[in-house]
Amino acid sequence: MAKELIRLENCRKEFDGEVVLDSISLAIQDKEFLTLLGPSGCGKTTTLRIIGGFLRPDSGTVIFDGVKINDVPPHKRKINTVFQKYALFTHLNVFENIAFGLRVQRPKLSEEEIARRVQESLELVALKGYEKRSVSQLSGGQQQRVAIARAVINRPQVLLLDEPLGALDLKLRKDMQRELKQIQQQVGITFIYVTHDQEEALTMSDTVVVMNKGEIQQIGTPLDIYNEPKNAFVADFIGESNIIDGVMVSDNTVRMYGRNFQCLDKGFSPNEPVDVVVRPEDIDIVEVSQGQMTGTVTEVTFKGMQYDIIVDFQGFKWLIQTTDHSPVGAKIGVKIDPDGFHIMKKSEYSGLYGDYSSYSAEYDELSAAPDDGGQEDE
Amino acid sequence: MSKGKIFSGAFSAVGGFFDRFRRQSFAYPYVLWMALFVVIPIILIAVYAFTSSSGGFTLDNFSGMIDYAPVFVRSIWLAFVATVACILIGYPVALTISRMSPKNQRILIMLIMLPMWINFLLRTYAWMSLLENTGLINRFLASIGIFDLINSLHAGDLAYTPITHFQLINTDGAVVLGMVYNYLPFMILPIQSVIVKIDPFVIEAAQDLGANSRKVFRKIILPLSLSGVISGITMVFVPAVSTFVISKLLSNGTVMLLGDLIEMQFTGAAYNPHLGSAISLIMMVIVVICMSVMNKFGEGEEQAVVI
Ligand SMILES: Nc1ncnc2c1ncn2[C@@H]1O[C@H](COP(=O)(O)OP(=O)(O)O)[C@@H](O)[C@H]1O
Ligand SMILES: [Mg+2]
Repeated sequence: MAKELIRLENCRKEFDGEVVLDSISLAIQDKEFLTLLGPSGCGKTTTLRIIGGFLRPDSGTVIFDGVKINDVPPHKRKINTVFQKYALFTHLNVFENIAFGLRVQRPKLSEEEIARRVQESLELVALKGYEKRSVSQLSGGQQQRVAIARAVINRPQVLLLDEPLGALDLKLRKDMQRELKQIQQQVGITFIYVTHDQEEALTMSDTVVVMNKGEIQQIGTPLDIYNEPKNAFVADFIGESNIIDGVMVSDNTVRMYGRNFQCLDKGFSPNEPVDVVVRPEDIDIVEVSQGQMTGTVTEVTFKGMQYDIIVDFQGFKWLIQTTDHSPVGAKIGVKIDPDGFHIMKKSEYSGLYGDYSSYSAEYDELSAAPDDGGQEDE
Repeated sequence: MSKGKIFSGAFSAVGGFFDRFRRQSFAYPYVLWMALFVVIPIILIAVYAFTSSSGGFTLDNFSGMIDYAPVFVRSIWLAFVATVACILIGYPVALTISRMSPKNQRILIMLIMLPMWINFLLRTYAWMSLLENTGLINRFLASIGIFDLINSLHAGDLAYTPITHFQLINTDGAVVLGMVYNYLPFMILPIQSVIVKIDPFVIEAAQDLGANSRKVFRKIILPLSLSGVISGITMVFVPAVSTFVISKLLSNGTVMLLGDLIEMQFTGAAYNPHLGSAISLIMMVIVVICMSVMNKFGEGEEQAVVI
């Protein structure tokens, strides 16, 4: 994997005077599965369109295989795209949709060559036998497959995918996630994938790029991003996090709620104010007498695999995920192992995230949040 | 949000019956109108076409029509030429307009429709005064010395008679020009309205797959806009093949079209409504055949959008 394929250097883009991308710098390795992850409107599609050649950065450089390609039009880039809403050619059948990339090539390919490669592509996306269908007769999932087959037919070095599963229902989404990953390994090319779904990003990617407000917040492996979030935004956006104000007393010791806890982090200045992240699953519930802290259970929600319980620690509400049931109103003790703490430097996001006082409201918001994934309101 | 849904749900359940009832009853005036002013006249035309002036059944009206075959051929030919000209002019115009900003599109569409606000007769009269032998165009050409120049080229040729004007009016060309001028907007508008509806991402997808702008046009924009061309053809060819005002004014009767022929049977000295009806009927059949052939072409395309 080591070879670098694409590099964005300080790419900046404004629309109508509004900064949409603020100095994005990003290196993409050959054959990796890289995901741009962030809330709707953070600039993911814009970044992708700059890589695809549909937009030019106002300033900054796009480098492909060592060559600056700012001025190379899309049809001359070895990059293909699976568009957010598929953008299939409605006047052509499945075969001709997929064959399109071959038919515009010069010198002309023979009909046999075209037929053979279309068959290959159809096989790749498990759509054999659908050649003659009109694309408007296909289900959303099948249209998605046609879009993928069409995009890989020219054997690009990079495939760009803009929320390709956004319009599919949950079950189909899960299946397609696995399948896309398989396709990527089979064809052995770089995938640059856009999603606002953190779970999707974590399960599929080699590298995750977390974005917000046109800026990259963090780049890393899914594990890094989850375990070592750089700031409160990332910690909150990737999974659930309790984020508490603390002070780094010295290496391996953090102070919050007026007492010291052992942790594994170091390298902060003495008594530096920090954000302390504790993941809900890293908290053990114990007898009050044995707890490092004690709190009162204010809410319990059964989630199938576990209970989500909200515990009030001196006015600050934590989310704890546990398999043991504790009734509302119970006093409980909690214990957090040193590796359960993750210490972050203060950032512009400090204090904005990680408090579960408005827990239920937040959950409602999450499930009702409209995404830009093309899901039409039923 | 759920409250709103429940309410609207209840509404539509109760309203379903009334909706249907209301919708049907809204159609009655139109059905009545169609019956009175379309169906009944067609039946009358058919009755006239198959009867003689004495009232008995006859096919003479049709067999006599063979004399007018040249008029049929000329009408269809000139309408065809005008339609092709409208496509050749209208398509690039429509394409250019559809690439502009929405504001400029509105302005240009307005400009294209502007002549239509002027009375049809007046517009055609205007062309008369332009095209006449002593009209504006010929006078302009004379004033810049074109005719003197041409005549001087033939100096010494004894058989040559000097010219003082080009014959513009009273030609097939003038009639076609009149048709193109009057019906061009009906070609531009449907094509433009179909092109602007093409999903820009579909065009990007084609570029993405390696198509340069020429191929994007040929493989995406052109096929996706055919439905607009087809409705444009319908809207130009049908009135062009049946016009009589344009030919009357711009050819002074020298270029006789079907429309003129029919008109003569009803108002002229050759008064013969039975023959006129028969010709109308045949023309209607020709138009219907042309249209169904066109629709075969457009099959599978999205329904053409007629503005
Ligand atoms: N063509 C455009 N003109 C004006 N604003 C745009 C355009 N494209 C995107 N934007 C704006 O840029 C921001 C980022 O958009 P986008 O990259 O599509 O975000 P994402 O894909 O992460 O949801 C949004 O606020 C959006 O409204
Ligand atoms: Mg987007």
